[in-house]
Amino acid sequence: MSSVAKEWREIPGRYNLEGSKCPCCGKIFFPKRNMCPICRRESLNNMEDHDICRDGTVYSYSIVYDAPSFADKLKPYAVVMVETDDGVKISAQLVDVDIDEVRIGMRVTAVLRKISSDGPGGIIRYGYKFVPLD
Amino acid sequence: MMDVGIVSYGAYIPRYRITPAEIGRVWGVDGKAMGKGLLIHQKSVPSPDEDVVTIAVEAARGMMARVPEVDPKDIGAVYVGSESHPYAVKPTATIVAEAIRATPAMTAADMEFACKAGTAGIQACMGLVGSGMVKYGVAIGADTSQGAPGDALEYSASAGGAAFLIGSENIIAKINKTMSFTTDTPDFWRREGQSYPSHGGRFTGEPAYFRHITSAAKMMMEEMGTTPEDYKFAIFHQPNGKFPTRVAAQLGFTPEQIEKGLLTPYIGNTYSGAVPLGLASVLDVANPGDRIFVTSYGSGAGSDAFDITVTDAIKDFKRGAAKTVAERMANTVEIDYAKYAVYKEKIVLPE
Repeated sequence: MSSVAKEWREIPGRYNLEGSKCPCCGKIFFPKRNMCPICRRESLNNMEDHDICRDGTVYSYSIVYDAPSFADKLKPYAVVMVETDDGVKISAQLVDVDIDEVRIGMRVTAVLRKISSDGPGGIIRYGYKFVPLD
Repeated sequence: MMDVGIVSYGAYIPRYRITPAEIGRVWGVDGKAMGKGLLIHQKSVPSPDEDVVTIAVEAARGMMARVPEVDPKDIGAVYVGSESHPYAVKPTATIVAEAIRATPAMTAADMEFACKAGTAGIQACMGLVGSGMVKYGVAIGADTSQGAPGDALEYSASAGGAAFLIGSENIIAKINKTMSFTTDTPDFWRREGQSYPSHGGRFTGEPAYFRHITSAAKMMMEEMGTTPEDYKFAIFHQPNGKFPTRVAAQLGFTPEQIEKGLLTPYIGNTYSGAVPLGLASVLDVANPGDRIFVTSYGSGAGSDAFDITVTDAIKDFKRGAAKTVAERMANTVEIDYAKYAVYKEKIVLPE
């Protein structure tokens, strides 16, 4: 069983793709970080919250045939690396799609789905997955 | 009380479908005839990674996308009505509120009243907005409803939901009046810890669905001094396609008036989502001045009636910023009963 506190801390990123923006150079990051690797000390603890764009394009993908137990019912499924419209790369599952139709360059958008749960009595983890944008 | 109405709305229906013929094939029943009798061609099925939380969030995000000028921090209440909340204790509403960034200066709660918890939420929001306690309230009706395998309900119980932003400024549809008819009628229930609901069979008809809907509807038309001809659209609770068609005829509404808001033949009974989705479907095509008659029904039992008039503001409303109900009903994927059994967790898996 995972830590409830850790799950709770990750809610802004998982629900709303909340990342960070460097106040010096304007570069955006996901997940959040407390320092920009380019501006370093100047940005330390000054990073701004920034919601990453939910629409994007498939940059690369892989089809998963041997799935972890929490995703067993969805296999085979696609895991995609998406370049969002504001230039951040995010990896997640691509669902509501025929896996034969998954292509590099396809337009997708982030939705909220159930990721996993700690058995029938534990907490349910919700987070982003992608679906085709049509 | 100030004018109160719908500022925005959004809808969500999962992608998968199963037909009554396919369900009947497994249980040795003429499912095709069953579907014909119930007036259900197919029903929606949630993906294994969908539940009331994800459905409610997607509906609410569509609702917010259509009103980019609304600051989510001005939302003072979020109510989610459902009989399939993923947690017995731990609100769905807080997850939805977080996902649309309405937290933390707000109130939230989950509601349950069989199939009418969504419209009960609209009424609660109307009270809060009308009294000036909150600027906006969000009312959502959503379900991933359960029918016991082989039971008549399995042919209809489906998934979907719709969200409504209730406010008093820039309303696209004014709610002129709401009235309810409520009694203690045990026609359908589910005890704590039970996986599937029980129902009184034919008892769910005359003394339950028909009595409550016709009573609430007549009460409303008497109060407003209206007749069915005064309304462009009418939406009635739709546990199947047959009941709303019959109750509409009993009250004097025509098939044309109920057509746009009658979704059950194509998506099944979305329970708390049923009337909200029907209303969303009507708002997708409604024009200024159109009057809409709505009557929900929840077993146990009660009906909420609404008299609604579409305003000029709908002309500038950004409908296209989110998917319409018709768009949500397109591009579906039909699955067989085996896949359905996996998706609905009817197969016992090792821990």
